[in-house]
Amino acid sequence: MMEKLKNGYLGAIVLFLYAPILVLIAQSFNASRYRGQWTGFTWQWYERLIENEEIIAAFTNTLTIGVTSAILATLLALVTALGMRQMGLRGRMLFRGIANVPLLNADIVTGISLMLLFLGLGLRLGYDTILLAHIVISLPYAMLCILPQVLSMDDVCYEAARDLGAPPVTAFRKVILPELVPGIVAAFLLSFAMSADDFIVTYFTKGAGIETLTTEIYAELKLGVHPEMYALSTLFFCGVLVFAALLMLNYKVIRRYREAGREEEAA
Amino acid sequence: MNERIAAKLATHRFLALPFALWAVLFIVLPLFFVLFTGLTNGAGNFTLENISTVLQSEYLKALGLSVELALVSTFICLLLAYPLCLILRERKESRGLLVFLLFLLPLWMNSLLTTMAWQTIMEKHGLINMFLAYLGLPEVHLINTSAAIIIGMVYNFLPYMVLPLYVSISRIDESIIEAARDLGANSWQTLRHVLLPLSLPGIVSGSTMVFIPALTTFVISALLGGNKVLLVGNIIEQEFTAAYDWQLGSALSMVLMVFIILNILLEAFTDSGEQGKKGRS
Repeated sequence: MMEKLKNGYLGAIVLFLYAPILVLIAQSFNASRYRGQWTGFTWQWYERLIENEEIIAAFTNTLTIGVTSAILATLLALVTALGMRQMGLRGRMLFRGIANVPLLNADIVTGISLMLLFLGLGLRLGYDTILLAHIVISLPYAMLCILPQVLSMDDVCYEAARDLGAPPVTAFRKVILPELVPGIVAAFLLSFAMSADDFIVTYFTKGAGIETLTTEIYAELKLGVHPEMYALSTLFFCGVLVFAALLMLNYKVIRRYREAGREEEAA
Repeated sequence: MNERIAAKLATHRFLALPFALWAVLFIVLPLFFVLFTGLTNGAGNFTLENISTVLQSEYLKALGLSVELALVSTFICLLLAYPLCLILRERKESRGLLVFLLFLLPLWMNSLLTTMAWQTIMEKHGLINMFLAYLGLPEVHLINTSAAIIIGMVYNFLPYMVLPLYVSISRIDESIIEAARDLGANSWQTLRHVLLPLSLPGIVSGSTMVFIPALTTFVISALLGGNKVLLVGNIIEQEFTAAYDWQLGSALSMVLMVFIILNILLEAFTDSGEQGKKGRS
């Protein structure tokens, strides 16, 4: 009885989380251009997606801004974390506090303050200002992934490598970097996700003549979103689904290996 | 010689220097720009007029409504997330990862699009009303009301509650719960006296993470409130993009910052409380 109740609860929450996604997927196969009325099944929005230059341009901007800002945010976070290792507790607390400001601040305040800064410095709002703003908002998330790993890192291996005659750069590349790879990958992925899904900060820092996916959707909302957009997001979601499934599979395989290893050790 | 310098540099605090510059330029300075704009008039002279305009009743009303809706959404998120995290904790090993991925996947769908999909679900001839009509029940009026905005906020911000709460609940040692059971506590008493106090840091950090975006959103209220329910975020957005009264918009942002600072203090307070407890044990 209790178990049924728990499963029912999980099911209800999952339904709540996926209901709008199912609506969007259904929308992408709807022959009608307008949401809310179903006039039959069609593949045409998937076919037209490639020809819709506005959406492709917005998609390209989202992708390039996301990748560039994620790389730069991850690099800056890594360098900063390495520097913070040598700091006292106070300096570390101060740096961490400041780094967390964009994370704790409201998006709308961050967006407006960056817009005022860019205009105050005489910059023209456009691609570059979006890029800068996205580094600002993803940096705290990148630090969150990298900093704990860097701070808990042991100096012994690095120094051993140096004693064995490895030049500092080689020692860093071969000893420290591999240890930090999980954090770096996580930082990159999280930064990219932040950048790709951000709307509010982009909206205030973008200027005229450039759109990302989110601002393009917002602009279309008043007149009705292009169904090609539903097709694109359905494709993207399926991609994420496949990735997650592979991750699950990988996890299971790794666990089976580990369990097998443990049994061997025990035997 | 060169190598020794490189070695020194590779582990030196100078490495944090770029970030210090970055922080001053892109984190601290922008906030001063907001303060400056909020405290000056169009000619750049110092004035408190914007602040006093903000304290007019219509803006205060919007602020009050925003706080109310954000508090209700935060509370509902907590109410939904707590049992969820307890169930997830039980299934940690078996199907834990699968369930967890199931909750993270929706985050990858564009949040503007999912919010818009809620329009399709909640509108007059939407899915909910179609379902109710099918059952022969009277239709409900949801779209363009505060309830619709709250549903949208809960949908969008629930993961922010689940993640910190799950971390804090899954860290609770099973033996403590068993001890409570052995001492004769029933489920409710265990929840009230053991689980709730131990998960308090998670509750606070989840609540602060939901409250701020819920307080400041303008997208959800614009889409699901149909611009009939005005929140602070909507007013700020309009001042910047339609009315071009940047001074007033900045002054309103400054009021929001007060809430953000209160939020940070609340979290810092419970955080240090936890460390104090750890130090004693």
